[in-house]
Amino acid sequence: MKLFKKKRVYIPIHVDRTQQEDTTVPVVPNGMFTKCPQCQKSIYTKDLGHDKICPECGYSFRICATERIELIADEGSFEEWDKEMALSNPLDFPGYEEKWKQAQVKANTNEAVVTGKATINGHQTVICVMDSTFIMGSMGQIVGEKITRAVERATAEELSVVIFTASGGARMQEGIISLMQMAKISGAIAQHSKAGLLYITVLTDPTTGGVTASFAMQGDIILSEPRALVGFAGKRVIEQTIKETLPDEFQLAESVMENGFIDKIVPRNELKNTLGKLLKLHEK
Amino acid sequence: MKKAIDIVERSRRTSRLNTLEIVAEVFEDFIEFHGDRLFRDDKAIVGGIATLNGQAVTVIGNQKEQDLKENIRRNFGSAHPEGYRKSLRLMKQAEKFNRPVINFVNTAGAYCGVEAEDRGQGEAIARNLLEMSQLKVPILSIILGEGGSGGALALAMGNEVWMMENSMYSVLSPEGFSSILWKDASRAKEAAEVMKLTPENLMELSVIDKILPESENEIDLSNEEILLTMKKEITDFLKKMAPKTSEELIQERYEKFRAF
Repeated sequence: MKLFKKKRVYIPIHVDRTQQEDTTVPVVPNGMFTKCPQCQKSIYTKDLGHDKICPECGYSFRICATERIELIADEGSFEEWDKEMALSNPLDFPGYEEKWKQAQVKANTNEAVVTGKATINGHQTVICVMDSTFIMGSMGQIVGEKITRAVERATAEELSVVIFTASGGARMQEGIISLMQMAKISGAIAQHSKAGLLYITVLTDPTTGGVTASFAMQGDIILSEPRALVGFAGKRVIEQTIKETLPDEFQLAESVMENGFIDKIVPRNELKNTLGKLLKLHEK
Repeated sequence: MKKAIDIVERSRRTSRLNTLEIVAEVFEDFIEFHGDRLFRDDKAIVGGIATLNGQAVTVIGNQKEQDLKENIRRNFGSAHPEGYRKSLRLMKQAEKFNRPVINFVNTAGAYCGVEAEDRGQGEAIARNLLEMSQLKVPILSIILGEGGSGGALALAMGNEVWMMENSMYSVLSPEGFSSILWKDASRAKEAAEVMKLTPENLMELSVIDKILPESENEIDLSNEEILLTMKKEITDFLKKMAPKTSEELIQERYEKFRAF
């Protein structure tokens, strides 16, 4: 065993590493380039600009609710509703409450949707903005409740509603209760519609599952951002079912519009003016 | 209490009573109507007009079959958008002629495929929910076997929702649930217990209003006995709904789902 106990002393070599660096290769700091998830090209981050649009393919990068409101609402006009909501954990799903609290810190909102009242180019409207950074924008009881309350209040105050959708679908941790939100919100939208009020949905990347199968597709006018993923079933689920690879354009807003389910695709930098114009045209 | 996974297994048995069998036994004068008037006739959903104790009603339901070949023709009860559009057409027809609607739900979910997506599966379900919430006639939804996700909800926005004793109703299949949350589809049994998808669980959560018995003192009832109870219960439902105005029906339905 002596062989293994033997301590070898290596010759220390002192290298000045700063001199070793190859100066012909430029150093790229983190975050200087961003890969576009749609066209896969590397984009100089500054070129994305304030609106975060890919200069190569026009894809609008995912933004959080706060950024969205900043882009759409007139400065200082946004009045947020239902900032405090208590979580019900209907399945007593282990670890859900912790996950939910972490998401609040990460997304800096109380849930996957921010609701309230704002003006857009001077036109008052109720606005709901989903946030895909909050547990994939999934729809649970609080999301459903916030949207329902906002729509009900719009009906009572005779206001239009603009909803920006961004969601991976139902909040699995809430089971059947998340499914019931589809029915609850649909009921409120139907009453709002019956009152002759305008409802606009703006589909943003990604709009899928139970959100697509309810309020996203119930707008009087359905707008979408370019190259947003819009569908019911997940692309991968379909690929697994049919054992084929689907084309890149499948479930992209452009294809969904071709199929007849979107009124207009509006680039992010034109969205505020388009919404302002639509609200104006529907004022009584 | 029965284990959730046993209920899942029983809810999927092909030997269970299916929509057309029930319609033939519980109702009289059934005439099947086909097609959505837009694209084609989806065989996964059947519907038409029938009578119960002389009263005209509209009946609609997912159709599952006993043998494989027939089930393929029915797409195992999983509808494409045209199936939902057919159901909506028949519900609007019922509204026009003031007939109650009775929906039988038995689907693992809305079909997920390229064509279903291209023809707007999401839009079709969304429109059903929107229209059903304002339908002026009573709607009764009975979950016969599987009640899976939005595809089931699209027929289940009723004034009352009932379940058969051995049926399930959930946001997703237990297999899908466990693979999404635990990245492991083999934990379906565990998922089934967690998901609260059994009739008892769903009664507690007020998702459903009634459980139709399939057994007595732990002995399975015959189909004849099950259907007899079902007929009596549907008759009572229609009696209860008859004096209500369309405003009341809409308001009650709104409040039912507003509570979640």
